Amino acid sequence: MSIAILGKKIGMTQIFDGDGNRVPVTVLEAGPCPVLKVKTAEGRDGYDAVVLGFGKGREKSMTKPELGVFAKLNIEPTALVREIRVNQDEALLYPEGGSVDASLFNAGELVDVIGTSRGRGYQGVMKRHNFAGTPRSHGTHESFRHGGSIGMATYPGRVLPGTKMAGQMGNVRKTILNQRVVAVFPDHNLIFIEGGVPGAMNSVVVIRKATKVPKKRQG
Amino acid sequence: MGCAVHKTIQLVETIQLRSDIPQFFPGDTVRVHFRIREGDKERVQVFEGAVIGIRHGGATETFTVRKISYGIGVERVFPLHSPMIAKVEVVTRGRVRRAKLHYLRALRGKASKIREKRTWVTQTGSAETAE
Repeated sequence: MSIAILGKKIGMTQIFDGDGNRVPVTVLEAGPCPVLKVKTAEGRDGYDAVVLGFGKGREKSMTKPELGVFAKLNIEPTALVREIRVNQDEALLYPEGGSVDASLFNAGELVDVIGTSRGRGYQGVMKRHNFAGTPRSHGTHESFRHGGSIGMATYPGRVLPGTKMAGQMGNVRKTILNQRVVAVFPDHNLIFIEGGVPGAMNSVVVIRKATKVPKKRQG
Repeated sequence: MGCAVHKTIQLVETIQLRSDIPQFFPGDTVRVHFRIREGDKERVQVFEGAVIGIRHGGATETFTVRKISYGIGVERVFPLHSPMIAKVEVVTRGRVRRAKLHYLRALRGKASKIREKRTWVTQTGSAETAE
């Protein structure tokens, strides 16, 4: 997979780049993440991954087995524990019992950011799927925001799977690809990323090195 | 909107703020010296006009300057803290009763003139502004 770190969305602002252009940036608090476990394909886990922690946890709200993991490594308990798939060579950057921070990333790199989008609840088709609704006039009544027909008659005689309808909007895992890292401040555990990032303020995000860089943006 | 700004964001913005820009208000006439980059050459262009609005907000603060150029109204929005602003000169102080002077767009000629704010020194020596 790819080198990644856990973080928190702080908010958005703008900065001026060297040419005096205004750049919209999202400020992310990234790391430090203690490495709780390194899993290997050869080992008993059967696949390559690392388990990272993030944030300050409350001992009171954890079970004894959970605390045992931290006690064994002599690490402060973290609020969040998440597993990230990495390749074997990438796993070398993650020392078990040690920790990783924002210095995994460099300014100018492309990264993917994974977060949980802001939940908008149960929404109609106009907001959820950008349907046009129905005409306001010419005798329309009681159906201004409806989606219209959802399929054909006798053949196929059913609603096709995947038909866009009203329902829960947002609060799903979203990945935004190929965002440029504007600046990294490992001392302050901050990463600036150009543009937006899914999720609300203070929500958890995973920042990883871009995995699907288009050819024209490479190098 | 209206949310408390995170202290980290505030810090990031405070670093970028410029303290060398003189204070001005809507209604003032200003001369903005703006750096223009053409290829690898750089020159300074002056844009003089009335400030018709200031959009506050830390590092993202902008102000709009309006002037009449060859009979056509021209408005430009400048980021206040942009490094591309070489300097800002305040030419006159205007006396206005609005924060946003969008009504000027509908006015032409003498009607669109902004009354000047006059300042004089009282006997005690302190400066007072005319209402």
